[in-house]
Amino acid sequence: MTLKISRLALIAFGLILNSSMVRADSTLVAVASNFTKPMTEIAESFEQATGHSAKLSFGSTGKFVSQIQNGGPFEVLLAADETGPALLEKEGFVVSGTRNTYAIGKLVLWSATPGYVDAEGKILKTGSFKHISLADPKLAPYGAAAVDYLTKQGLLEKTQPLMVLGENISQTQQFISTGNAELGFIALSQVIENGKIASGSGYIIPTHEYATIRQGTALLKNGAENPAAIALLAYLKSAPALAIIEKYGYDLAK
Amino acid sequence: MLSPADLDTLWLTFKVASLSTFLLLLIGTPIAWWLARTQSPAKGFINALVSLPLVLPPTVLGFYLLILMGPNGALGKLTNALDLGALSFTFTGLVIASVLYSIPFVVQPLQSAFNSIAQQTLEAAATLRASPLNTFLSVVLPLSKSGFLTAGILGFTHTVGEFGVVLMIGGNIPDKTRVVSVQIYNHVEALEYTQAHWLAGCLLAFSFSVLLVLYTVLKTPPQVQQLK
Repeated sequence: MTLKISRLALIAFGLILNSSMVRADSTLVAVASNFTKPMTEIAESFEQATGHSAKLSFGSTGKFVSQIQNGGPFEVLLAADETGPALLEKEGFVVSGTRNTYAIGKLVLWSATPGYVDAEGKILKTGSFKHISLADPKLAPYGAAAVDYLTKQGLLEKTQPLMVLGENISQTQQFISTGNAELGFIALSQVIENGKIASGSGYIIPTHEYATIRQGTALLKNGAENPAAIALLAYLKSAPALAIIEKYGYDLAK
Repeated sequence: MLSPADLDTLWLTFKVASLSTFLLLLIGTPIAWWLARTQSPAKGFINALVSLPLVLPPTVLGFYLLILMGPNGALGKLTNALDLGALSFTFTGLVIASVLYSIPFVVQPLQSAFNSIAQQTLEAAATLRASPLNTFLSVVLPLSKSGFLTAGILGFTHTVGEFGVVLMIGGNIPDKTRVVSVQIYNHVEALEYTQAHWLAGCLLAFSFSVLLVLYTVLKTPPQVQQLK
C-alpha cells in the first residue's frame, strides 16, 4: 500500500515537473516549398536560440490556404505570396496585425545540364528544347512570375506548347533535375549554395523583368496562444534569420 | 457548371481508361490463364509481382517511372534510340503507367474465373478434338464471361481513379495528361470549390452507378481477393 502511494506521488511529482519547469513549446508551421531550405536552417537556429521547436510542413501555398480554411492545424503560415495570407485574414483565420513580408523571391531559369543555360537566358529564344517546366501559374506565385516574364519577353507563344506544370516549385525542380524537362523556372533558393548556382546551369532573371514575388507570413488563430508560434514570428525578423534568408538569394522587404 | 476545360479532362480520362482497359485485358488474359493453370515454382513469384500495385503507394511507381522514362533512364534511352522521344509528360507514358497501376485489378478476377473451370471440362473438350485455342474460345470464354466483365469494369474504374502516379509523371498538360482527378486537385488548390464540386460529383455518381450495376445486375461482387 505504502509502496503504491509513494509511486503515485512520484508520478504526480513528475507531471508537475514536466508542466512547470520545462517551458519549451512546439509549433506547427506551413511553409511554401520554395522556402524549404532556408526554413529548415532557421528552424534549427530558432530551436537553439529559444528552446522552442518548430515542426515544418512543406507544400504549395494554395494547398495550405485551403487546408487552413478547412480546419488545418497550422499555427504559422509562410506563404509564397501575400494574397494567401490576405485572404485568410479577411476570412478570420489570421490574428490581426501579424501579417508581414519576410522575403522577396527570385526567379531563376535553370537546367540540370552544365552549360545549357547561358548567362543571358538566350536559350529561351534559340533553344530547341522539348519541355520547359514551371510551377502551375494558377497555384504557385513562382509559376505566375515565370509566365509574366515570358509574356514580357514575347516568348509565351513559343513556350506554351512545351510547358510542363509542377504542382509546386519542388516538383518543378524534380522534373528538371531528372532530365525529363531540359530546363525550367524555379526559385533561386533551390539551387543556390555559397552565393552561386551549385549545380547544372542557370540564369538569374533580373527582378525588374517580372512582377515582384513578395512572400508573406502570418500568425494563424490556432497559434494565437502558443508562445512558440509567437516567438517564431519574432525570430523571423531577427538578425540570424535575416542572414539565412539572404544567404539563400532572397531580398529582404524594405 | 462544368467548364470546357473540365469536359476536356473528362474526355481525356475516358480515353486513357478505355485504352488501358483494352491493353490490360489483352495482357492480363494470358498472365491470368498461366497463373490459374501452372504448376511452375515461379507461380508465387509472378503472383507477388502482379499484385504489387495493390500494396505499393503510387508514389513508388511514379518515382520509378519518372526516373526510368527520363533521358537517363533505361526506358528513356530506349525510346530515344527509337526516335520516339521520352515518355514522361505524354499520353503514351500515362497509358503505360495506368496499365502497370491497374494490372492486379484485371488479372485477379480473371484468375479466379479461370480457377473455377474444372480440369475435366478442358479434358472433355480435348477428347472432342478441340484445339487449345478452340477450347479457349468456345469453352473458357463463355464460362468466364462474368470474370471478364468484372476485370474490365474494375480495370476501367481503377484507372479513372488514378491520381498519384499521374501527378508525378504527367506534368499537368491539357488534353495530354491533365486527367479529371488532377483537375479536381487543381480546383481545390486554386480555391475553386464550385468547379471542384461539379467534377467530384460527376465522379462520385459515375463510380457509384458502376458499382451498383456490378452488385445488382451482375450479382458478382467484385473482389480483389487473396489467391491460393
